[in-house]
Amino acid sequence: MSMRHFIKFGKPYLHTRSLLRGKYGLQTCTHVAKSTGVQPTSDGNNFIGIPHNCVTKLEFLEPKMENTIPVYQVLDSDGKIIDETQDPKLSDEILLKMYKDMKMLNIMDGIMYSAQRQGRISFYMTNYGEEATHIGSAAALEMRDLVFAQYREAGVLMWRGFRLDQFMDQCYANINDPASGKQMPVHYGSKDLNFVTISSPLATQMPQAAGAAYALKRTNPGTCVICYFGEGAASEGDAHAAFNFAATLDAPCIFFCRNNGYAISTPAHEQYRGDGIASRGSGYGMLTIRVDGNDTLAVYNATRKARQIALEESRPVLIEAMTYRVGDHSTSDDSSTYRTTGELEYWTKTNNPVTRFERYITNQRNCWSAEEDEKLSKDCSKQVIEAFTAAEKRLKPSPSLVFTDVYDELPVNLKEQQKQMREHVSAHSQHYPLKRHEPL
Amino acid sequence: MALIKCLNASRGVLRSVGARYLSATSQKHAPTEMYVRDALNSAMDEEMNRDDTVFLMGEEVAQYDGAYKVSRGLWRKYGDQRVIDTPITESGFAGMAVGAAMAGLRPICEFMTFNFSMQAIDQVINSAAKSHYMSGGMVTVPVVFRGPNGAAAGVAAQHSQCFAAWYGHCPGLKVVSPFNSEDCRGLLKAAIRDPNPVVFLENELMYGTAFPVSDEAMSEDFLIEIGKAKVERVGKHVTLVSHSRPVGQCLEAAEQLASEGIDCEVINLRSIRPLDIETVQQSVMKTNHLISVEGGWPMFGIGSEVCAQIMEGPAFDYLDAPAIRVTGADIPMPYAQVLEDGALPGVKDIILSVKKTLHIQPITESA
Repeated sequence: MSMRHFIKFGKPYLHTRSLLRGKYGLQTCTHVAKSTGVQPTSDGNNFIGIPHNCVTKLEFLEPKMENTIPVYQVLDSDGKIIDETQDPKLSDEILLKMYKDMKMLNIMDGIMYSAQRQGRISFYMTNYGEEATHIGSAAALEMRDLVFAQYREAGVLMWRGFRLDQFMDQCYANINDPASGKQMPVHYGSKDLNFVTISSPLATQMPQAAGAAYALKRTNPGTCVICYFGEGAASEGDAHAAFNFAATLDAPCIFFCRNNGYAISTPAHEQYRGDGIASRGSGYGMLTIRVDGNDTLAVYNATRKARQIALEESRPVLIEAMTYRVGDHSTSDDSSTYRTTGELEYWTKTNNPVTRFERYITNQRNCWSAEEDEKLSKDCSKQVIEAFTAAEKRLKPSPSLVFTDVYDELPVNLKEQQKQMREHVSAHSQHYPLKRHEPL
Repeated sequence: MALIKCLNASRGVLRSVGARYLSATSQKHAPTEMYVRDALNSAMDEEMNRDDTVFLMGEEVAQYDGAYKVSRGLWRKYGDQRVIDTPITESGFAGMAVGAAMAGLRPICEFMTFNFSMQAIDQVINSAAKSHYMSGGMVTVPVVFRGPNGAAAGVAAQHSQCFAAWYGHCPGLKVVSPFNSEDCRGLLKAAIRDPNPVVFLENELMYGTAFPVSDEAMSEDFLIEIGKAKVERVGKHVTLVSHSRPVGQCLEAAEQLASEGIDCEVINLRSIRPLDIETVQQSVMKTNHLISVEGGWPMFGIGSEVCAQIMEGPAFDYLDAPAIRVTGADIPMPYAQVLEDGALPGVKDIILSVKKTLHIQPITESA
C-alpha cells in the first residue's frame, strides 16, 4: 500500500488510500463494556476497570509523532477517486446540490464580508476553505439529527435549507430575524432545521451536545447529535468534560473537529503537543478517525459511518477533519500579519475543497461543465445581491422587543420598563430613528 | 409565629462529624412536621414521579444517596436513567444539563455546594440564562441548579460563600432561597415545573431542621409562586427582611425583642429574583424602619438591592431612619470557630441593629 505525502506546516501527513482492513480500520480502540449494572471486578486479575497487565521493563509511552494517525481520503487533488470501493456513488442530484451549496456559501461569504467592510453590518465570519467539512458531513446526516455548532458551519445550515434571506436577516438583525435581533451576526439558529443557536463562548456547546445526545437516546431513539468545534476550542476544559461524559454515558454523539490550522493567530502546533485531536479519542474510550477535511466524499463517508455506529452502539465517535482556514478568523482579524501569502496560496489554489469536488463532478461523473459553472456563479451572485438588498431595506425590530424573551413570560419590572420606554420615545420621537423600526 | 425545633441549635453539635451525616430515622417526625432534607427529597420524588422527563444528576447523588443525603432513596426507586452520578467536572455536567434541557428533558443539576458552581458559571450564565433571550425564544432551558449555598460550619473560605447576589444579578435566571420545609417543598416543585432556568439555593445547616408543615403543603401539587415573599411575623415597629437561614435568626431576635415591647415584622423573601419589593414596601410604609439581614458579603449584596429599590419607590417617604444592612463580614470565611462566629451575623447583631434604628439604648453595647 503506497502512501502519498504532502507537507502541511512542515510535518509530513500520511494519507491512506482506503479505509483499511478490520471492522473500523487500523485505529481500532477496544470499547469497554457498558458499566450499567456491571461492576468490573477488582481482584488479583484486575485493578478497578483495568486488567492487571504487568511488565518488568521500565518504559515510558512516547507519544507517536513519527507515526501520526493516518488521514482517510477518497478523492485525490485532481478529484479522482483513489480506491473505487470507497466511492459512495451518490446520485447526480445529491452531488450537484453539494456543489451548488458550496458555491453559494462562497459567494454569500464574499458579499457579506464586503458588507461589513462597508459598515453595513457590524461583524461577519467567512467559511472559506472548510466547505467540504460542512457539506460532506451535513449530507451524511438526517434532518432530525440535532446540530450543535461553533460558528464556522454555515454550510451545514445551507444544506439543511436555511435560505439566503434567513442568513441575511440574522446578520442585519431585522424584523425577519427569528431571534429579533438579539444576537450578533453569524450566530444563526433554527428550531425547524434542528440547529441550536450559535453561542460565542468556545466549546460550551460540547458538554451540551453530550447532554442532548443523552436526552435523545431516551426520548427520540434513532436520532443522533453532531457537535462541531475547532482544534483551538478542543483545548477548553469543556471539551474534555464533553468527551468524558459522552463516553461514560454512552451518548450517540458525533464530535466533529474542524482542525483548520489556526485559532485566530495561534497555529495548531502551538495549540497542542500531541498528535492533533484524534489522538485524544482513544484516551476517552471513543471511536476515532482522522479524515481529509478538504475531501467532500471522505467527510461524507466518515460521517455516515460514524452516525450508524453512534446510533447502533449508543456511543460517541470522534472525527478530526484536517482542513485549512483560508479566510481571516473574522472581520476583526487581519491574518496577513501572521501567515505567509505562499501558505495561503497553496490552500486557495492547490488544495481547495470546492475545486477538488468540481473536478470530480465534471471529469469523473460528467454531470457538470465549465459553462454551467460560470452560469452558476452569476446566478448565485445575483441571488445573494437580491437577498442582501432586500434584507438591508427591511425594517429593524420594534424597540419593545428589547424586553421580551428574557423569561418565558414578561416579568412585572420589564413590563413597566417597556411601558416607560414607549411613553418616553413617543414623547420625544423626533430624536429617535423610528422610521427604521417596526412600530413601538 | 412559627415554632422552630432546632436539632442543631448549638454549633458544637454541628462540628461533630456524625452530625454532618445525621439523617432522620423516619421521613417526618409526625404527620405535621418535616425535616428540610425530607422536604427537598419528597419534592424531587413527587416531581420525578409526575413527569418522566425530570431527572437528577450530580456528584454522589445516586448510590451514595447524595453528599448531604438529600437524594436518599431516589436512585433505588428510579434507577440509573433518572438519577445519574456524574464524573467530577462541574462545567461538564452543568453543560450536559443545559444540553439535555435544550433537547427536551428537565434536569435537576446538583452542585455539591454552590462554591463549586463557579467552575460551571459560564454554562449557568452564558448558556442557561441567556439562551432564551439570544435565540429570540427558540431555545428553552428548563433546568434547576440546586445545592447548598452560603456558610456551613468550619469549612472555611472555599466552602462558605453565598451566591445569592451573584446569580440574582443575572437576567434570564430565576433565583430562589427557601427558609423552611414548606418553602423547600413548594419552591422546589415550582422550580422544577418552571420553563426558565432556576437557581435553587439551599442551606446545609438547615437540612437537619424540622418544621411543622400544613396539610396543604403535603399535597403533590403544592406550589409556591416564585417571586412572592412571605410575612413570617406581623409587627409594627421595624421591618426585618431576610432570606434562607437568617430568617430563623430574625424570628429569634423578634421573639427576644417582643419581651422588651419591640414588635418586629419579619419578611422571608423566598425569592431573590424576581425580588418581591412590593411586600417590603408595604411593610416599611407601616413600620417606617428597615433592616435587611443576610449571610453574604456586604458589598453589592441582597441588602444593597433591597435598599436601592426601597429608595426608588414609595416607601422612601415613610422611612424614619436610614435602612441598615446586617451582613457577613467583608472577609473570606475564616476557619477557627471563634473567628467564623464573628464573621457571620447572629441574633445579637440583629437585636443591636433594631435598637440602633429605633434609637433605643441597648442593655449592653459590647459587640
